[in-house]
Amino acid sequence: MIALLGRDLRLAIRAGGGFGLGLAFFLILAVLVPLGVGPEPEVLGRIAPGVLWVGALLACLLSLDRIFALDWEDGSLDLLATAPIPMEGVVAVKAAAHWLTTGLPLTLVAPVLGVLMNLDAGAYGWLVLSLLLGTPALSVIGTFGAALTVGLRRGGLLLSLLVLPLYVPTLIYGASVVTRGAEGLSVGTPLALLAGITLGAAALLPFASAAAIRINLR
Amino acid sequence: MDLSVRDLAVARGGIPVLEGVRFDLPAGGALVLRGPNGCGKTTLLRTLAGLQPPLEGRISAPPEAMAYAGHADGLKPTLTVAENLRFWASVYGTAGREAPAMSAMNLSDLLDRPAQTLSAGQKRRLGLARLLVTGRPLWVLDEPTVSLDAGSVGLFVRIVRAHLEAGGAALMATHIDLGLAEARVLDLTAYRARPRAQAGGFDEAFA
Repeated sequence: MIALLGRDLRLAIRAGGGFGLGLAFFLILAVLVPLGVGPEPEVLGRIAPGVLWVGALLACLLSLDRIFALDWEDGSLDLLATAPIPMEGVVAVKAAAHWLTTGLPLTLVAPVLGVLMNLDAGAYGWLVLSLLLGTPALSVIGTFGAALTVGLRRGGLLLSLLVLPLYVPTLIYGASVVTRGAEGLSVGTPLALLAGITLGAAALLPFASAAAIRINLR
Repeated sequence: MDLSVRDLAVARGGIPVLEGVRFDLPAGGALVLRGPNGCGKTTLLRTLAGLQPPLEGRISAPPEAMAYAGHADGLKPTLTVAENLRFWASVYGTAGREAPAMSAMNLSDLLDRPAQTLSAGQKRRLGLARLLVTGRPLWVLDEPTVSLDAGSVGLFVRIVRAHLEAGGAALMATHIDLGLAEARVLDLTAYRARPRAQAGGFDEAFA
């Protein structure tokens, strides 16, 4: 399984792997929003948590269809299914690799983009913490969506339609951690719910994803 | 390991294609499947490899005993030849087998080439070298010689023969004459499924 993680990370970083695509999208979004909304610092500061979270979520979505589509096309998925690794493990490793190449970089650049959005000074720590806790759920849920749509021609749009509603709770609690943090309110409850969603998704969804893949391979 | 298959029925997309398939493949034996296009060779091999459940019947060997090689080689274009093979060796926990596998399939000169720069025949040779690193006793091969030239087919026959001598077994669907004298031939035309009313198409996936 470590070999699979290493392979997926290496593939993501090499040419055509799509690493940085989500990151560039996130960056451009954070630059475009002030241009569209106008330069008033109060307005930007108020919408910053929501915009940064929606941006991170969409950036995550961009690379989801690559999780299984490439392995499906070149036959690796068949071979992985017959290899001595449980499919649940394959799926979990794929989600982890996706998070390491999208969720983690997004979390790390988010404070820089917070400056562009005039985020309240007290909220930077909460922004990073909420993304760190929330983005793994985005990768795990996204992997489930990718497993459902593997093998479909042009499944990318269907994948977005399936996955975006499932992202709603993560978005609500993630953005509310940052908003409440900026206002100096207590953030314990949304933070705990955010962590709960991530842990629950990471514990349960690999089984659902593996079952979906097995059905799609038939 | 011996493989015996009894009364096996397989379906593709919910439609039964083969039924009543029975054969024995003892350790050290090779069996070549023949039959016209679409008669169910690939479906049968995928069922044996555990990628889809059989409609009915019994397969004596578990999927864990089989090394499956399908139409696609499962190569990653941006990884080199050595990296591709090393990945499978570590998945199967057989690190150290890559070097003999690569020399057996005449890939030693291509080690540092990214797989995307290989020709179709070279890719296939790399795909077949993967079989050697799996260390599994039963090879289930779907058209293994596609895009191989005569010399490479000779290499392939040599590794199959070595595998059989080591107590393994090979089951393959192929149309060309490999020159593998010890291989028996099974014509699947006789096992074609009669059209039947059941096997509801859509719900099959959720059964």
